[in-house]
Order: sequence, then C-alpha cells, then structure tokens
Amino acid sequence: MTAVIENLDPLLRALGTTVLILVVSAIGSLVLGVLITVARVSPIPVLRGAAFAYVQVFVNIPLLALLLLAVFALPDAGLLMPLTTTVIVVLTVYEAAYVAEAVRSGINTVAAGQVEAARAMGLRLSQTLRHVVVPQAVRAVVQPLGNVMIALLMNTALAATVGVVELTSAVNKVNLVAAQPIPIFTAAGLTYMALALAIGLAAGRIEKKVAIHR
Amino acid sequence: MSTPMVSMRGVDKRFGDLHVLRSIDLDVAPQEVVVVIGPSGSGKSTLCRTINRLEPIDAGEIRVDGRPLPEEGAELAQLRADVGMVFQSFNLFGHLSVLDNVMLAPLKVRRVAKATARTEAMALLERVGIADKADRFPAQLSGGQQQRAAIARSLAMHPKLMLFDEPTSALDPEMVSEVLEVMVGLARDGMTMVVVTHEMGFARRAADRVVFMDDGQIVEEAPPAEFFDATRSERARSFLSNVLAH
Ligand SMILES: Nc1ncnc2c1ncn2[C@@H]1O[C@H](COP(=O)(O)OP(=O)(O)OP(=O)(O)O)[C@@H](O)[C@H]1O
Ligand SMILES: [Mg+2]
Repeated sequence: MTAVIENLDPLLRALGTTVLILVVSAIGSLVLGVLITVARVSPIPVLRGAAFAYVQVFVNIPLLALLLLAVFALPDAGLLMPLTTTVIVVLTVYEAAYVAEAVRSGINTVAAGQVEAARAMGLRLSQTLRHVVVPQAVRAVVQPLGNVMIALLMNTALAATVGVVELTSAVNKVNLVAAQPIPIFTAAGLTYMALALAIGLAAGRIEKKVAIHR
Repeated sequence: MSTPMVSMRGVDKRFGDLHVLRSIDLDVAPQEVVVVIGPSGSGKSTLCRTINRLEPIDAGEIRVDGRPLPEEGAELAQLRADVGMVFQSFNLFGHLSVLDNVMLAPLKVRRVAKATARTEAMALLERVGIADKADRFPAQLSGGQQQRAAIARSLAMHPKLMLFDEPTSALDPEMVSEVLEVMVGLARDGMTMVVVTHEMGFARRAADRVVFMDDGQIVEEAPPAEFFDATRSERARSFLSNVLAH
C-alpha cells in the first residue's frame, strides 16, 4: 500500500487523464453515434448505406489495431496532434459505432405499427420520429448505452499501449519501481470498478426518470 | 351522381412474385359503408392499405374524394390526415396517455389550439365510452378499450373516410361487441367506411355493400341481404359455409 500512497500525486494525475479521455470520448461518441443512427433511418439511400458501412467497419476492427494505425499513420499523413487527443478521437470514432447500434436497437423496440399509425394520421416522418419514436426509444436505450460507456471506460486503458500516461500506464510504472503488484493493481482495479459503478448508477437513475408508465 | 369518396381503377399490386391485387375496380360513395370479406391472404388488408398509400401500387389509379393519391411527401400527409385508419393491433402510442394519443395529431398536424383539442378529445372519448380512462396509458386498458381509444384518435382528425382492418380480430370475444357498437354508431352518423372484417353480423347490420375478395380479385359484390341470402359465386358460397360452420 505504501507505494500507492507515496506516488499518490502522479497516480491522481493519471486518473485525471483517464477521466478526461472517458468524458470527452463519451460525449463525442454519443453525439456522433446519434448522428449515424439518424443517417441510418433516413429516407436517403446514400446516407443509410454510409451509416451502415461505418458501423460494420468499426465493429469489425480491433480497437488496438485502430489505435496503432492512428498513432503511427496519422503523423505520416501530416496530421500531428497530442497523443491524448489522438486517443480521444479514436475512441470517439470507434465507440460511436456501438452507440449507433444501441440506439438503433432502441428504435426497433418501438413497434412498427405505431410508426404506421402516426403516418396514417398525417404526421410527417420528422414529426413521427420526434413525437412517437424518440420518446420511446430513449427509454429502451439508456441501459445499453450505459454498458457502451462502461466498455469505453475499460478501453481507455489501451491508451497505455501508445504511451499516454493514464491510470493503467501509471500503476504499471509505479509497480516497475516498487514491485508491489498486488496492492498496486488492486487499487487500480478498484478505481476502475468505482468509475464503472458510477456510470451504471447514473444510467439507472436516468432510466428511472424516463420510465414508461404501465 | 356525386364524386365517389374512393375510386380504384385497374389497381395492381405485387409483393415480389406474389400478385396480391389483380386489377381491382372499386368505388365507395360518400357515406357508404363497404365491408370487405374473403379468405386469409386474399388481399383484403393490402386493398385497405393502398387507399391511404401505406402500400404503394404498381399499376392503376386510386382517387380519394376525386384527388389522385400523391407521392410520399407533404401532400400525401395532408391526404392521410383526412383518412382515418383503425388497425387490428390498435397501435396506440405507448408513451402517451389515452387523452394525449387522441390530441397528438390535431395538435401537430392540424395545429388546433390545445384547449380546443382537449375539449374535443374528451367529447370523443365520451362518445366511445372511455372518458374515465383519459389519463390512463394504453397498456393499462383492455383490448376493447384500446381499440375504442384508437377509433377516437382517428375521429379527432374529422376524417371524411375511415378504413378499418379487422378491428375486432385481436379482441377477446366479450369485447368484440363494444367495438362493433361504436362502429355501427359511426355508420349511422353517415361516416364513409371501408371495413375489413370477419364479423358477418356487423356486415348485415351496418354495411351498404359487401365485397368478397379471393386471390387478389373482387369476386362478388352486393348489398348484404342479397350477398348472404342469394350468394352468386361458388367461391363466396364455400367461404361463407366455412365461416358459418365455425
Ligand atoms: N409486406 C409484404 N411483403 C410480402 N408479402 C406480403 C406483404 N404483405 C402481405 N403479403 C402477402 O400478400 C398476400 C395478401 O395479404 P393480405 O394481408 O392483404 O391478406 P388478407 O386478405 O388481409 O389476409 P388475412 O385475412 O390473413 O389478414 C398474403 O399472401 C401475404 O402473405
Ligand atoms: Mg389482413
């Protein structure tokens, strides 16, 4: 335990980096994921195709491969940015595919018959989405999105492999010097668990707030 | 003769290789109640759904109140607002109370003032006998009550034509009559109706004309008394004897 206490400062700073990567990529992937879903249900075939391709591509590439590609290939292509930024961009782009999948399955829980009824009453497609589909899809989508965000949290640890000093990388460094793997990695594990729990609880509260009356 | 409310001429519809509607010709006069019957898969639902273009057709022409059906878009939405539709599975909006279900389209499509929409919605719920359920959610209602709410929801748009696709087929037997009563009332009040149903009692009581479909074609049409008591076609006779045997 002494190693953790002695290195509290750099460890806390590393935790800060983890949380920064988590929060920014979470917001980014939620926004991008929703946009992809809108494209995916739009009446424009090109948009639908592009959104479908996007999801297929990123769901079928290992995140680590994508990360390495970005870290080594982007500077080659003349795109220079801080490593942490690269990691955030990659996580955003990657998790957006999962967000899009979760949101789409939420939309699918709204019975097709309700959409048909809305259109038969003269509601335009946009009105149907806004007044019928979205309010119900939101309720079905909170928990799955919470799970995507927890997966995102775990995936932030991959930043260590490209040299970003976030939590995993920092505890690894501390352990190399102090050689107290059990307390050090347990502390890190508990920290990740606490963050995941916080995400889960937040999702639970949001879900309760938007719960459907039965 | 006045313009028919619905006029179908040479309507053809295929699902892939399946020829579901074969050169259908059908007119429905204003205030007329037409009941469509026929064996499962004969194309009754499809016929009903082509009238508000939920199913686009492959050939022929459909006019509603003299106007050819427009392409998907603002104009079609406008036409649909004037054509009520009641589904077998009710299709109430699950996140809205019964009252809000009835008010949604008047508010969003007709842009009626909220207070007006509310008063009208309550009057309609009264008319279909579920005013006391106005604040309930669809899942809290029985099937019969849900279907009556769905009818009220359609009526709120002041449709000039109503389409019913087997409105009582998903209901427990004891709830069928409460929905049929509402429909008979509508017919009496002069609503133009196209009703796909297996309820022969309703056809006898409320229909001006029975249309019998088989294999995508209209095989026979006649006023109910004539259709049931002096059936002309062999196919309709065998269909009726099968239904009555149950
Ligand atoms: N969206 C669709 N895609 C492909 N085939 C369809 C579709 N909708 C209906 N069909 C087929 O078209 C035929 C006619 O269907 P339709 O629903 O109009 O019959 P119906 O007379 O209403 O039958 P039922 O009494 O069972 O409701 C059936 O063979 C059906 O399987
Ligand atoms: Mg049918």
